[in-house]
Amino acid sequence: MNMRRFSLIAVPYGWLVLLFLVPFLIVFKISLSDVALSIPPYTPTLELSEGWGGFRDFLSQLDFENYEFLATDDLYWKSYLSSVQIALISTTICLLIGFPMAYGMANAPKEWQPTLMLLVILPFWTSFLIRVYSLIGILSQEGMLNQFLIWVGIINEPLTILNTNIAVYIGIVYTYVPFMILPIYATLIKLDGSLLEAAEDLGCSRTEAFWRITVPLSKAGIIAGCFLVFIPALGEFVIPSLLGGSETLMIGKVLYEEFFSNRDWPVAGAVAVILLLILIIPIVLYQRNEQKMMEADT
Amino acid sequence: MPQTAFEPWNDPAAKPLIQFRNVSKRFGDFTAIDDLSIDIFEREFFALLGPSGCGKTTMMRMLAGFETPTSGTIMLDGQDISPIPPNKRSVNMMFQSYALFPHLTVYENIAFGLRRSKMPNEQIDARVKQMLKLVQIEKFGARKPDQISGGQRQRVALARALAKGPKLLLLDEPLSALDKKLRQDTQFELMDIQEKTGTTFVVVTHDQEEAMTVASRVAVMDHGKLKQVDTPDRIYEAPNSTYVADFIGDVNIIEGYATKQGDTVSIAWSEGNSPIIGTPSKPIANGKVSFAIRPEKIAISAERPTDRNNVVHGKVLDIAYLGNLSTYHVALPDGTIIKAQTANSRRRSSRPFTWDDEVWLSWTDTAGIVLES
Repeated sequence: MNMRRFSLIAVPYGWLVLLFLVPFLIVFKISLSDVALSIPPYTPTLELSEGWGGFRDFLSQLDFENYEFLATDDLYWKSYLSSVQIALISTTICLLIGFPMAYGMANAPKEWQPTLMLLVILPFWTSFLIRVYSLIGILSQEGMLNQFLIWVGIINEPLTILNTNIAVYIGIVYTYVPFMILPIYATLIKLDGSLLEAAEDLGCSRTEAFWRITVPLSKAGIIAGCFLVFIPALGEFVIPSLLGGSETLMIGKVLYEEFFSNRDWPVAGAVAVILLLILIIPIVLYQRNEQKMMEADT
Repeated sequence: MPQTAFEPWNDPAAKPLIQFRNVSKRFGDFTAIDDLSIDIFEREFFALLGPSGCGKTTMMRMLAGFETPTSGTIMLDGQDISPIPPNKRSVNMMFQSYALFPHLTVYENIAFGLRRSKMPNEQIDARVKQMLKLVQIEKFGARKPDQISGGQRQRVALARALAKGPKLLLLDEPLSALDKKLRQDTQFELMDIQEKTGTTFVVVTHDQEEAMTVASRVAVMDHGKLKQVDTPDRIYEAPNSTYVADFIGDVNIIEGYATKQGDTVSIAWSEGNSPIIGTPSKPIANGKVSFAIRPEKIAISAERPTDRNNVVHGKVLDIAYLGNLSTYHVALPDGTIIKAQTANSRRRSSRPFTWDDEVWLSWTDTAGIVLES
């Protein structure tokens, strides 16, 4: 019995250790190494053939130099800060767009709901890269958006949108808004309509009933949606590198450049470890929210 | 001082609290309420009874303000309430699902309506405590609705609806989610609370026993029309149609052809059986009638009784033993089955009849109801 229980728990934990903890430790080890012109491009490397002495020698060569470097060069902490800022603003915009959409879907006639749901998921059927590239076509100087605005007569000169932070916001919001809509929709659809009637019956106006009943009861969905947008947006690098300009500082982009352009794996490793530490806080909060939701359901 | 019976409906000077005047409600092609007029008086415990889809819930939702009548007017205290939204009406509702706010404590649920008015906090607190005491859940104020039992939730819902002291309280199937034993206890408590608070209660139910127990008057509805509005005993003993007779309680309905004989009528109903003598409540013309008689009004005996006009002979087909009562299904020679009920005042072992026994059924001239069909 105990053996069975153990093996049952061992499967998910084994999975986590193998696919999360071990890679993390490898990245952490690289972040403590020094850059070198070799393959792989860092030293020291662990030579198991040299035995215990070799291992001790290897350990003595590891240091926190790269972390110190990250602290001295303001590019990095500025990138972290700007990433957090961009992720927070994008999450807020996603919420402002996603909540009304989810609310509309949940209150749409029953026979329409599967179709609306499909429409929300539909963009996922094409590749993420293709969608971001097509945004370039829409947002560029000669793009469809500028052509349309000039044709309508709102502007005379084309606007510069592409390669600015605005384009990054548009890209992130466009990409991640379904992750906001779906969990909120899932909580709103479960909301018992008689609760709103009861609130009205007890003296609330429609608007007051919305704020006092609908919003608190969809809180779990709102929180889940915010984390589902915030967490990937924080580390996003494809959207800022394709749509953003030189002013766009995002840590995902910095990480990519350190790794592939500079081939400085140790610094890239340090950047990744710090990013993970920043993300652990929202991830833990998200997990707690999920757990609360599950408990509320039972 | 002798207590006068509470019967405002018989007092022409009494002013009704609620008046439905030729109210109709249509949803597309479906007519939920069909040209309905009714008066409900202050302090009444009024039950709307009917099968699902009869329009009773629609009537209540119109009183609450969630539906507006397609035509006709609804007056509350002499005022047409159609243009008043639900949050501005002095009407509160206890929902069938209770609709307690899951994110608020029991205390805050009850305080919810009070907080919407401009009542100072100390008064709210006093009122909520009074309500908790009224429904006997003082201990559970700090709990959330999912941390209390179904019966306690029902009490919270009642307290919440009563907290604002409405002129009219609507109860939608208030006891349907409780088990039978708890339901019976709660029925009496509900009557007690209604009396204590002096609020007018309108209850919607499909459970005739519940309606009969709690209500001062019962309205039996079918297909958006009122079939009969009367006190529970009149509904039971003097139904005005076979529908009402059949809907409330158990009944034998016999179709026949009536011939007047002074105050009584003689109803020819089956060849080989002597006609039934019945006493109509109001004079009726000769012709087709339905004769309705409750099983407990029929006596069952082994010997032919000699003191009654209505006597039939048959064989016991089935016995439904209910503990306090036994219902005998007796088949007459022509195949008609008549139900007769006796109280089991003696222990079961000494039950006088068993299956296939030959028995005599008899009833008096006034035991049944003669209804024109």
